[in-house]
Amino acid sequence: MPYIPNTDQNREAMLKRIGVKSFDELIADIPEAIRLKAELKLPKALAEMEAVKEIKALAEQNKPASSLVSFLGGGAYDHYIPAAIDHILLRSEFYTAYTPYQAEVSQGTLQAIYEFQSLITALTGMDAANASMYDGATALAEAGILACNHTKRKQLIIARTVHPAYRQVLTTYAGGAGIAVVEIGFKDGVTDLEALKKAVGQNTAGVLIQHPNFFGHLEQVDEISVLAHQAGAVLAVSVDPISLGLLKSPGEYGADIVTGEGQPLGMPTNLGGPYLGLFAVRTNLLRLMPGRLVGLTTDAKGQEGAVLTLQTREQHIRREKATSNICSNEALCALAATAYLSLMGRSGLKQVAELCLQKSHYLSQKLKPAFNAPFFKEFVIRPNRPVEKLLEELKKTGILGGLDLETFYPELKGCLMLAVTEKRTREELDLIASKING
Amino acid sequence: MNFPNDLKYAASHEWARIEGGMATVGITDFAQGELGDIVFVELPSVGSKVTQGKPLGTVEAVKAVSDLNAPLSGEVAEINSSLEGTPDAVNKDAYGAGWMVKIKLSNPGEASSLMDALGYEKMEKHGH
Repeated sequence: MPYIPNTDQNREAMLKRIGVKSFDELIADIPEAIRLKAELKLPKALAEMEAVKEIKALAEQNKPASSLVSFLGGGAYDHYIPAAIDHILLRSEFYTAYTPYQAEVSQGTLQAIYEFQSLITALTGMDAANASMYDGATALAEAGILACNHTKRKQLIIARTVHPAYRQVLTTYAGGAGIAVVEIGFKDGVTDLEALKKAVGQNTAGVLIQHPNFFGHLEQVDEISVLAHQAGAVLAVSVDPISLGLLKSPGEYGADIVTGEGQPLGMPTNLGGPYLGLFAVRTNLLRLMPGRLVGLTTDAKGQEGAVLTLQTREQHIRREKATSNICSNEALCALAATAYLSLMGRSGLKQVAELCLQKSHYLSQKLKPAFNAPFFKEFVIRPNRPVEKLLEELKKTGILGGLDLETFYPELKGCLMLAVTEKRTREELDLIASKING
Repeated sequence: MNFPNDLKYAASHEWARIEGGMATVGITDFAQGELGDIVFVELPSVGSKVTQGKPLGTVEAVKAVSDLNAPLSGEVAEINSSLEGTPDAVNKDAYGAGWMVKIKLSNPGEASSLMDALGYEKMEKHGH
């Protein structure tokens, strides 16, 4: 925001031009009774040097994850971010929030989005991906809405092993759209297939799962896929993109929609974001897909160029019939993900995934996992003392010890969830294990 | 601009060719010209019920979308699935290859509320 001074002379000139004598006369339409009579309660103005000092002191009360050893996960992960990413993001050409409607002046932005879509499509094994959504939660909720629009059914089934915040966002969306949401419980850390089998029926528009799920465990995706499709429902899977360096792509086990949180792809853990919603579909759902889409075409001279495509799904064409009222994308975050995936490449991503897998299992063998299902980089334990107390102890040694599950799952009181990324060292793993077992 | 005499027209720019108890329906030459290059036509499923004046599908051009309204009530007996691959048939041949649905009429009397070619042309000329 620019600093615009507003002197007495400026104000006088403006009032004169408007044709009123005073500011009070200018706002005469606002009733006396609702006017603020007191001065705003603001501290007195500071010089720049003083302001910097004060803000810095406030900021230093924060302990960033980068200065601690973080085992926190639950949807946002402390992965390594290659230095080149920041340099690419800081290029001013990419900074604009302006929608690239005019292809003739937006080729850079459009091409970056097109590359992002191509990468996400390849990663998920789907046919098309959009330019991104706000975050993993809104992406999954939109997948639910898409499933209902496609099947013309009004019931969604969601696994309780899906991120609690994602489930809340879905419930909010569904309430407005008159869609029923049915939750399926879990057994030993993964979705209860028997309960799912009973719940899926002719009214089910979509089955929504997370894989790896919130607890880090692998769901029985092949069986779930069959159950969903037998009932004519859509299978929507929320993924951790890093896991796709190792796991079968959702396209291979029959997912129709793949969503996910893109934060692990080159974005730091920020409280409240900005994060990155991933969204990919099979061709038959393309026209129902929310959000923005960039395609390649040729101009009158036969030169290749990128353009916004299938725009009629978007709300600037027909607000009341738009596929979704999210038309924004998180272009700068999508650029970070594009840079990350390009820098890592296929083998680099696989290596990150393998390190997460090996290091988390190294730690789990020193502890007692609460569930007995395969997991990727996150797992649950039942420590021998109250979780809150343990987390306090760990914090004293500079360790963010993970997530107290009781907050989200009352039935898992006393359980702690640990995430292990490629950044954790053997020393750190040995240290936390000894603290927990101590 | 071409408005065949053997057709009936709705104010929302659909045409209907009524033969026996069946109406073949599409959008008029004027409507396709206004929309521009048509890239997608969304049609109802065979067997679904449609009501006069209510939307039964959408016609999508590059920068615009328009509802396809039912000029007459009844049941969808057939849809022109070739439009899936060649939606531009609507631009090239609005009254022939660009037809969209066939409706088995439930109330043939509704046809009297539609315009003939002359009436439609007059309406269109007066800036509708």
